[in-house]
Amino acid sequence: MMKAGRIVRLAERDRAEVKFFLDGEIRSALAGDTVLTAMLASGQVLRKSEFGPEPRAGFCLMGACQDCWVWQDEGPRIRACSALVTEGMRLRTTVRESWP
Amino acid sequence: MSETLPPRIVIVGAGPAGIRAAATLVEAGLHPVVIDEGQRAGGQIYRRPPAGFIRTPQQLYGSEAAKADALHSLFDRLAAEGRLTHCAASSVIAVHEGRLHVLGEGGVQVIIYDRLILATGASDRVAPVPGWQSAGVYSLGAAQIALKAQGVALGRRIVLIGSGPLLTLVGAQLVKAGADVAAVLDTSPWHQQMRGLLQLASRPFVALRGLALRARLGGRYHAGVTLERIEADGKGVTAMRWRDAGGRERLTPCDTIGMGWHLRAETHLADLVGCAFTYDEEWRQWLPKSDEVGRAGNGVYLAGDGVRLLGADGAEIAGRLAAAACLADLGHPEPSASADLRKLARVGRFARGLACAFPWPAAMVRALPDDAVVCRCENVTAGAVRENAGFGEANRVKSLSRVGMGRCQGRYCQLAAVELVAAQAGCTPDAVGRFRGQAPVRPAPIGAFLREG
Ligand code: FES
Repeated sequence: MMKAGRIVRLAERDRAEVKFFLDGEIRSALAGDTVLTAMLASGQVLRKSEFGPEPRAGFCLMGACQDCWVWQDEGPRIRACSALVTEGMRLRTTVRESWP
Repeated sequence: MSETLPPRIVIVGAGPAGIRAAATLVEAGLHPVVIDEGQRAGGQIYRRPPAGFIRTPQQLYGSEAAKADALHSLFDRLAAEGRLTHCAASSVIAVHEGRLHVLGEGGVQVIIYDRLILATGASDRVAPVPGWQSAGVYSLGAAQIALKAQGVALGRRIVLIGSGPLLTLVGAQLVKAGADVAAVLDTSPWHQQMRGLLQLASRPFVALRGLALRARLGGRYHAGVTLERIEADGKGVTAMRWRDAGGRERLTPCDTIGMGWHLRAETHLADLVGCAFTYDEEWRQWLPKSDEVGRAGNGVYLAGDGVRLLGADGAEIAGRLAAAACLADLGHPEPSASADLRKLARVGRFARGLACAFPWPAAMVRALPDDAVVCRCENVTAGAVRENAGFGEANRVKSLSRVGMGRCQGRYCQLAAVELVAAQAGCTPDAVGRFRGQAPVRPAPIGAFLREG
């Protein structure tokens, strides 16, 4: 469950643990992590590019580039850099089939 | 507008400019509405971590801790006392006839204003480098936000590329925090940096602080480099390929790149409210027009990096000045502006020194290979932009090649695209024109519009 990810935690490591699901798999993060931090703590990328072969992992972290879109089992698409991860959140790296 | 109703003043942005503008209005007895994308006020440079993080302002902001702390506590106090209304985590996505369409956590609401102060700040000015669409390439600002707001480094081995004060600052901050910074590659050669020196001397302490930070980078720092390509495999970045000032080929293995050439003003809202723009030769970008205190006409005022790239200290001054101008226009007694205008002039001299010392890499952009991606949103290449450059006008090239039509709305590709068109058409970037801003400023889920009815 604790796979090596892209990011390195340099400070603020004593926060409560939060569990979330990524494409159905359980993962752990820390309370106060953004969805981007949470996903990249145990992974290398956030999603696939729709226009090229390469995966994407965010770019600006300030809500401007929209490179960090991820989806949820329920509810709207979110910007991973701006939303905080919450206990039990169910995230997806691809669009839900029924997405309008 | 009835005379008995107080004027509705809305400030967009709660960075140094927005906070000072709000405080100035509150002092005059008015109650502004402050709309900001952050969860907590502070802006980008003085960005705060979420609640529950424990590093001190000193650890987070270094030499600027007192300034950051003063702004944060001032804003929090005014919000707690109910003397302003803070719409946090909210984006203005459209403006129409004095009505702002604001997307927040609960959907879209409409906020009406009589006077509007735009303190929208800036983001990294980036230039494409072949391979920059790969996972693990971030803006310099992103690397700094990750460190400050989350306490993390975005990778295990980081190379920073670009030019400008943020390049040195982010490098030094990462090194201090214990990140592995493999190299800091500055495209500005030493002789160019020396040219800005005279103006930089107008703020000797700030200049010296920059040099001290540079010293912390030691042998990692290289001036006058040529950036060749970001190497990547299916998972992301693997190395930075570059040439040093002597022309020697270098390959630095890494899994993360931070890039940026100083700042690009965030001007979409100024565009939507109808501000006029001019091409600024020094900053190589279009900036909205205002008078020296920030008046842009039609009840709109501009302050901070969104109108002139002066940095955080300049933004605080500009925020006060814009609010004072707004007060004067409303017939309130106006706080004296002369001291602030003098300070602003000095900050302006220094900023011009920075622009000269750390220039936009026009030649590098013009020499991009045809297969290099220019638009990171939709992978539009330099070749595709060149093919359509014959039309020589920004918005024509935009609709034909789709450059600038992606989800970032041209924020990160427009300057490079214009540079390519100018090179191909044999004119100046200025003559190519700028992409017109379109609503929504931020992509909004369709449902958000539907709810509004
Ligand atoms: S990384 Fe740019 S919007 Fe999230």
